[in-house]
Amino acid sequence: MTNQSIAMRDAFGQALVNLADKYDKMVVLDADVSSSTKTIEFGKIKPERFLNVGVAEANMVDIAGGLATCGLRPIVSTFAIFLALKCTDQIRNVVCYNNLPVIFVGGYAGLSDSFDGASHQSVTDLAIMRAMPNMTVLVPGDPTEVQTALEIALENNGPTYIRLSRNPSPILFEKQPLMEISKNRKLSNGSDITMAVCGIPTFMAIEATEKLMKLGVSVDLLQVSTLKPLDIDSLITSVSKTGKILTIEEHSVIGGLGGAIAEALGKHCPVKMDYIGIEDVFAESGPYPELMAKYGISVNAIVDRVKNSMEK
Amino acid sequence: MVKTEIKRIDSQKLLKETNLSKKAALLQYLAQQCRIDVFDILHEKGTGHWGGAASAAELITTLYFHIMKVRPNEPEWAERDRFVLSKGHASTMLYTVLSNRGYFPQSELSTFRTLNSRLQGHPCMNKTPGVEMSTGALGHGLSVTLGMALSAQLLKKKFWSFVLLGDGCLNEGQTWEAIMAAAKFKPERLVLMIDYNKVQLDGNSDEIMPLDPLPEKLKAFNWTVAPKVYDGNMVSDIIQSWEWMQKQTDWPLAVIYKTHKGKGVSFMEDNHKWHGAPIDEDNYAKGRPELLKTLKDLEVQS
Repeated sequence: MTNQSIAMRDAFGQALVNLADKYDKMVVLDADVSSSTKTIEFGKIKPERFLNVGVAEANMVDIAGGLATCGLRPIVSTFAIFLALKCTDQIRNVVCYNNLPVIFVGGYAGLSDSFDGASHQSVTDLAIMRAMPNMTVLVPGDPTEVQTALEIALENNGPTYIRLSRNPSPILFEKQPLMEISKNRKLSNGSDITMAVCGIPTFMAIEATEKLMKLGVSVDLLQVSTLKPLDIDSLITSVSKTGKILTIEEHSVIGGLGGAIAEALGKHCPVKMDYIGIEDVFAESGPYPELMAKYGISVNAIVDRVKNSMEK
Repeated sequence: MVKTEIKRIDSQKLLKETNLSKKAALLQYLAQQCRIDVFDILHEKGTGHWGGAASAAELITTLYFHIMKVRPNEPEWAERDRFVLSKGHASTMLYTVLSNRGYFPQSELSTFRTLNSRLQGHPCMNKTPGVEMSTGALGHGLSVTLGMALSAQLLKKKFWSFVLLGDGCLNEGQTWEAIMAAAKFKPERLVLMIDYNKVQLDGNSDEIMPLDPLPEKLKAFNWTVAPKVYDGNMVSDIIQSWEWMQKQTDWPLAVIYKTHKGKGVSFMEDNHKWHGAPIDEDNYAKGRPELLKTLKDLEVQS
């Protein structure tokens, strides 16, 4: 981990610019939030391939569907909350049903639109996207994974959802091998407990792992950047050794990373499980780190949860 | 009842007809023939939507046999004109016209809505050759077709993108999002065709969700709207509307066609109860002779 941070949205804007020439069929659509999501950066250099459709997200997704039927590679961008909820019908009936190669980039996901409050905080998007047949679901864990995720999606011949935070994230993987689809990244070897994490809380899990090691608890830490199709094998290998797992995500504890892993392990290798995420509640406005902490997502929360589970 | 066989038109020969009024008469006959096939299938299966399918017979027939450039033996031909049936419940009419056009054997029509069939209850693009977009949930068609027309612009292609909407599609908010967006981007050769039978599932559209004054609304949204409402159950009128479309330079285009839901069976016409009700034995026996009589009359004219 370095001390340097980059906002995930800035990493996204830059990735679009970096890939604009390589992928000349790429078309970027945004719904009047391009200055926030940073797709505007692509719009500045490729105005002919940038469509701002106004505040009409459902229409945006279906336009993308039409573009995809003609061989173009649309990237649909807006806030994750609107993408997952205002466009569920379009994503299901037009894009996923027809297995069209449309990329959905849900920005400002989790609690990262912290000050705007619960109306803008997206904590059910992974559950929704994961439930769509044909959909691939990617959650970059640091800014360096954003461009790789986009490239994976551009090479995928079906729909892909990429979940992004608004906020800065420490650079974690600059010197590590590139993110790969359906391959969990092993961040720590341990034998007492498995932790699986996705998205922004990845850096918290790394810090918590270091703290726990000092307390004599050795953690097997896996970062999951593909929620679907899930890399089940590395999870089975890990829990076969540790016998228990804690999942950590900036999402509802219903249907996200924890849900995906519970479904898989419940079938293939049932072990004791616990989940860190937003409980079945609406959050509120506030500064991001404090908000995350209040709703149970922090280094201390992870350490405490593991300590409790070890005592039991 | 014993099904009287009908005299079938040579649809491939029809395509080569150069005399326009002769062709219009032949198309009118073919549309009625398709209508009878749809009536038979829906009765046989006891499931499916008669009203909206019957309404669109002439429009879909004229599109595929006169207006659009397509290659049924090469359904993915990149330069083909696109057609999206936004009112996907009229699927049987689309399937019947597509099979007549040569996309798949007509014998397959009787598999409609059965397990393992390529002919789903509502159109599915990955199952049925010639179907450009899966539809069924209303309100998607115009947005998707706008995407296709924008593709033509980006890829520097000259194909036309047609979409057929019914009253129900125009109830959907998304359609009005697309109406605004199309007027913003103004892609060439985008045509919104409205199958304006003014009858929905639950009742008349004036009662369920009034849409008038429809031409004025579309004009106010900056669309180029055809100067008259054409008769959408009259092929010669539809051909006239196509003549009008080809002269336009100010995009996008909207054409409203007055049609009759359940067209061809007097007691089913303009009656919302025949939106999706199964055609039972009694109504089949009463309705089919009416359809046959019209076909016979058209035979004389063609």
